[in-house]
Amino acid sequence: MSLSMPPSDQTTLSRRAEIVEALRAIVPGEGVIDDEECLRPYESDGLTAYRQPPLVVVLPETTQQVSRVLAWCHENRVKVVPRGAGTSLSGGALPLADGVLLGLGKFNRVLDIDYEDRLVVVQSGVTNLAITRAVEDRGFYYAPDPSSQIACSIGGNVAENSGGVHCLKYGLTTNNVLGCEIVMMDGEILRIGGRHLDPAGLDLLGVVVGSEGLLGVVTEVTVRILPRPQTARALLIGFPDVESAGQCVAETIAQGIIPAGMEMMDRPAIHAAEAFVKVGYPLDVEALLIVELDGSAAECDHLIGEVEMIARRNKAVSIRASRDEEERAAFWAGRKAAFPAVGRLAPDYYCMDGTIPRRRLPDVLERMGALSVKYGLAVANVFHAGDGNLHPLILYDANKPGELERAEEFGNDILRLCVEVGGVLTGEHGVGVEKRDLMPVMFSEIDLKQQQRVKCAFDPELLLNPGKVFPQLHRCAELGRMHVHKGELPFPHLPRF
Amino acid sequence: MQVSLPTREDEVADAVADALRDGVRLAIVGGGSKAEIGAQVEARPLPMAGLSGVVDYDPAELVLTVRPGTPLAEIQSLVADTGQMLAFEPFDHGPIFGQAAGRATIGGVVAAAVSGSQRISALAARDHLLGFRAVSGRGEVFSAGAKVVKNVTGYDLPKLAAGSWGRLFAMTELTLKVLPHPREAATRVLFGLDDQQAIRAMSVAMGAQAEVAAAAHFPADTRNGESATILRVQGFGPSVAARCAMLGALLVQFGEVQDLSASEAAAMWESLRTLAPLGADRPIWRVNVAPSRACEAVAPLCDADARFLFDWAGGLIWIASEAEPSVIREAVSNAGGHATLIRAEEGMRARIPAFHPPAAGIAALEERIRRAFDPAGLFETGRF
Repeated sequence: MSLSMPPSDQTTLSRRAEIVEALRAIVPGEGVIDDEECLRPYESDGLTAYRQPPLVVVLPETTQQVSRVLAWCHENRVKVVPRGAGTSLSGGALPLADGVLLGLGKFNRVLDIDYEDRLVVVQSGVTNLAITRAVEDRGFYYAPDPSSQIACSIGGNVAENSGGVHCLKYGLTTNNVLGCEIVMMDGEILRIGGRHLDPAGLDLLGVVVGSEGLLGVVTEVTVRILPRPQTARALLIGFPDVESAGQCVAETIAQGIIPAGMEMMDRPAIHAAEAFVKVGYPLDVEALLIVELDGSAAECDHLIGEVEMIARRNKAVSIRASRDEEERAAFWAGRKAAFPAVGRLAPDYYCMDGTIPRRRLPDVLERMGALSVKYGLAVANVFHAGDGNLHPLILYDANKPGELERAEEFGNDILRLCVEVGGVLTGEHGVGVEKRDLMPVMFSEIDLKQQQRVKCAFDPELLLNPGKVFPQLHRCAELGRMHVHKGELPFPHLPRF
Repeated sequence: MQVSLPTREDEVADAVADALRDGVRLAIVGGGSKAEIGAQVEARPLPMAGLSGVVDYDPAELVLTVRPGTPLAEIQSLVADTGQMLAFEPFDHGPIFGQAAGRATIGGVVAAAVSGSQRISALAARDHLLGFRAVSGRGEVFSAGAKVVKNVTGYDLPKLAAGSWGRLFAMTELTLKVLPHPREAATRVLFGLDDQQAIRAMSVAMGAQAEVAAAAHFPADTRNGESATILRVQGFGPSVAARCAMLGALLVQFGEVQDLSASEAAAMWESLRTLAPLGADRPIWRVNVAPSRACEAVAPLCDADARFLFDWAGGLIWIASEAEPSVIREAVSNAGGHATLIRAEEGMRARIPAFHPPAAGIAALEERIRRAFDPAGLFETGRF
């Protein structure tokens, strides 16, 4: 593996026994794990290509314990890596050899459900789906639905600003969170946001969401819940070429229709999915579009007709509209099984996550095809077509020497391509360690230093999740330097941090 | 060299460098429609009016890139021409201060995080700012976010930009998400509810499948005697009709849900932007609170000569009141919200901070973040 992490601190490594003992004094019983065998489940997250057992795992049960663990680590200059459910696809929870892995798995309680203000307060280890489960009997749900929703934690969703297939209409995590309780690296407990909309001062919540565990440890989250739409219907539309499918998406949006979900699959993905789940996807098409419409029954029926007309204008060769829930679920079954289905085509696959302006899709797919030839590796594409978020799946065999490296280089080229056409490195999976070294493709050094100065405002010693997101670690003192005129800064009385 | 009216990003950077060298503070100025919020400042103005115009507008991608000094009205008419809108419904604060509308700029409404009635269904300014370019207090040009609608690469600095009130950096370019304008809209009204009943009715409506886009309550004393609680439903024709019918059945316990003519409806929604029903003379406060605690937040003022308008289904209260600021802020704090002083005479604005004082830990963190962008405190004009 070519990934380089911050060098391990030898003093910390040599103090391991002392660190374990100090943590046990804070979190008694089985909440501190130092046995080599028991550490193994924590050595990677959803990005399994990278593995590193942590120095020790601590599983606190209360915010006070989190605060004391962080304060002790801060005082003793010990690095900390926070972890929710460990489903990150970008290595956001990859441990450090000299770092304490702080797991939030025991923060699993729903604290308050408020139907009047339509919000739920949960501890950060509660799974995404559990929030919906807690309120569905009253007809409500939590909108963001990352594909890992059965397992991923809301704290992890906050860290990664997770999306899902419905985020075109309902937004990402950041658009659905009202407040949180966060513990700073020095142990300070802060409440950010609340049950109301919009903050009094700076939008701290906005910058905490999506900060990939680098700014603080989230222990409690307040989310908005929505009434479940009265009904949902889906269309399954086959196209003879990708351009027509792309044009259908563009026209749908131009007509003022924002579907709940709009997913595209290319030929390799369609064939893999159909072979796996056999739900009747057309096999003689180059692109398949699933368009889901939700809302009142009147709305769905009306829009199904509109989208059908748009599809016909754009050379659709097959159109099916779901007649009932069972059929709608069948349309989705293939898409939802796309990753494991593609996984059957090769021993390993590598899932990418760039976003592009939608109009560049045909061009990007064509160039991706050329890269596929160049690297000698097949690629299948699933695509959140409404918002331009691409998930190319690169097929490889890790047991063949050099193939993983080739897959990674292929993936990097795809992401460079995304940025080149005006897009971004990651639409919903996060930077983590995976895309860390590509950050300079998208951001200038000045841009990155400015982001790191925000990090310094939260964690000036850079102890929280170092080695993620930023390709280069600058000391905060170095980042804080300014050009000084005649030896003096203006406004010398102002405090500086 | 001093640049009086920068028209390019590098000239903004020069102006910042000059101010750093001269040791003077800079007040970033848009159209001046909100100049009367906060204390009077003594600082060198950094006008953004010269950075005006659309950089790129791609309706199919739902993305609009503009310079900050572009008049809000110009942008609203541009996107309306292609059947789109800024869904957070930004509006001009000028009329609240007795000025004609038309001065507000896009940079100003985003920096002040101005969101209208539709915020409860279509989210806020912060949610629609996808990316920006800016000059920091170091005089450095940087960019953040992106020009696509879905992006999680790096910290979400656009969230900090929306609501930064010019205290972090000078934005030189903004990329916003635009959305299709609804084909049809209908406003329904319930007359005669008291504040408590109205909040409850709006909660029931928002919690139902009627997809209410905006909900507001005008107490009786803002309307010559009879209160009105209004609900807006919008979208495609058949859907709007079905959902309006749904509302009628759903709210029958609160009274008869009646039609409101398009012109009456437009006037009422407009009055939530001009705040005309609150009168021109008293101080105006803007209160953000959980809707279920809205009545509690204003209870201590109900006996006094105060007027309220409830927007966002009760989550936003505009208050016109002569009451002691400490009384207002304490009541709002106790209800878990915060109160911003929007309109007041100069002496009061010099004494009373515009923003609700935050907890000490939050204040310290905000201070550190401001220094991360502006180490010398160049943009600390004393306004807040």
